[in-house]
Amino acid sequence: MAVTFRAGQQLVSAVDSTAVIVIKAPAQEGTLTCGGVAMTTAGEQVCAAEPDPSLMGGTQIGKRYVDQGDTIQVLCTKAGGGTLALDGQPLVIQAAKPLPASD
Amino acid sequence: MHLTLLLDMAVDGFGDRVVAGPASAGITAAQLAARSHSGAALVRERGANAVVYLAVNGPAFPVALFAAARAGVPLVPVNYRLGQRQLDALLARHPQALGIADPDSLPHLKRAGLDAMTTDEWLAQTGIDRGAGDTGADQDGVAIVIYTSGTTSEPKGVLLRHENLVSYVLGSVEFASADETDAALVSVPPYHIAAVANVITNLYAGRRTLVLEAFTPGEWLRAVREEEVTSAMVVPTMLARIMDSDEDKSVPSLRSLSYGGAPMPAALIERALREWTRVDFVNAYGLTETSSTVALLGPEDHRAALESPDPAVRARLSSIGRPLPGIELEIRGPGGEVLGPGQTGRICVRGEQVSAEYAGVGRAVDDRGFFDTKDDGYLDSGGYLFISGRTDDTIIRGAENIAPAEIEDVLLRHPAVLDAVVFGVPDEEWGQRIEAAVVARPGMAVGDVELRDFARQALRSSKTPDRCWFLDALPRTETGKLLRRLVPDLIARAD
Repeated sequence: MAVTFRAGQQLVSAVDSTAVIVIKAPAQEGTLTCGGVAMTTAGEQVCAAEPDPSLMGGTQIGKRYVDQGDTIQVLCTKAGGGTLALDGQPLVIQAAKPLPASD
Repeated sequence: MHLTLLLDMAVDGFGDRVVAGPASAGITAAQLAARSHSGAALVRERGANAVVYLAVNGPAFPVALFAAARAGVPLVPVNYRLGQRQLDALLARHPQALGIADPDSLPHLKRAGLDAMTTDEWLAQTGIDRGAGDTGADQDGVAIVIYTSGTTSEPKGVLLRHENLVSYVLGSVEFASADETDAALVSVPPYHIAAVANVITNLYAGRRTLVLEAFTPGEWLRAVREEEVTSAMVVPTMLARIMDSDEDKSVPSLRSLSYGGAPMPAALIERALREWTRVDFVNAYGLTETSSTVALLGPEDHRAALESPDPAVRARLSSIGRPLPGIELEIRGPGGEVLGPGQTGRICVRGEQVSAEYAGVGRAVDDRGFFDTKDDGYLDSGGYLFISGRTDDTIIRGAENIAPAEIEDVLLRHPAVLDAVVFGVPDEEWGQRIEAAVVARPGMAVGDVELRDFARQALRSSKTPDRCWFLDALPRTETGKLLRRLVPDLIARAD
């Protein structure tokens, strides 16, 4: 089910322990999936589902994931076994652009 | 977007890593999380609606920060050096708070009627397992209340929401980017925004933080060497004292030194860059209202400026660099119009980390969401930001607007000058004339005429002080901010 994303929104996976937070929201509605199954807004009831075995590439905590067109950016806050995808297109890890520590 | 999210991520990512205190006896991320649960349960048990922290920095501080966050109540770090009247006035605003204090400060909390304990009691109490209760559900609640130092007016309570602080961390720090052996030395007091930012940014990076309770150059240098500190943050007055000390200044482990909190004299940073050639210097500019840093001058910028034959690039050593990626910055003229490069005006910022919210007042932003920092400055052609000073400090001599900082910077280049302040004095002919008060270095003498001649060589005569006063010390906050409103009184007494 396509949803409207907003920055700060937290989503959890139905197939594994993956959780993400939306850093940059796309202008369009979309469906974010993990392991091929739509993710759910944190706090709402999650119906556990079986993942698509071909979409189990895994997520890494603290990494930022983006789509090809750079329309969405999510931060992985809990790692899991699934692959993140937006409307069927797998997300990829965005290279870190570290700033020097200032505090 | 809740602060406890950062802690929970740290537990998942590197739960066994020591994140606060000495490498051998510090608190791990998992222990910090356990204490935050215990502390939150205690806060609820006591029916407190805030946690007041009236103590020096130490392990009790991050525990208090995350316990308050977990309980869904604000942490209010209060300046333990305030006079009794000011302290009572602040504490009266938080009558239902749970108080944590040093033994010396505990009577202040008791007198204010707060349910209070010492930092040792707090650490003992939060070491008890009280189970894992629910985290405060309000994702957008107030996480921290910091009272401004009140350099120009009465202290105001700045409200920093979870969203502001988490946005700042996610926008400026890479998760688990620190090496296991990295250690950051913190020497700012806990009621300063830099100390709050320090806890959360270093935790998210996986960097251990160490606290220097009372700053002296010798203690700071010793801590850096003995604890093999890799990064540190200082305010300019601390760096000046380190550079001026006779101590061994070798800092073999130090890779990064950031500075901020007050303007850095150019002569001082040049000296530090030459003393510590292998250290990366970072100049950070931010306000309490902006959840710490909004612009920074990085290590490469420092080196390029020090070595460049181009005066415009050299000048950037006095700039505070470029805005962070999550910050939009505009220079505005008197009518609110956006000014171009090279034009001085008000520095205004917008971004998720900008709270701009005051207790009892609300958010101080314009209809486009921009916050006026009340600092004057300009951008150069490369987008580097230069601060001229606080708008309120500007001297208007004739029709000319003069920033005291530019003149102070010149006076501080005189070898016999340890500290300097420049201010306007009412004048029948000019509206305001320029006067300066300086502190001479111990054992060195300099006269009024000599100093004014020295200033005139670098500045137009309209910017040369008409008179230089001599004082034993200038009134500064411990983070180095000048208390300008106290200067005229000191002058009157020196006269």
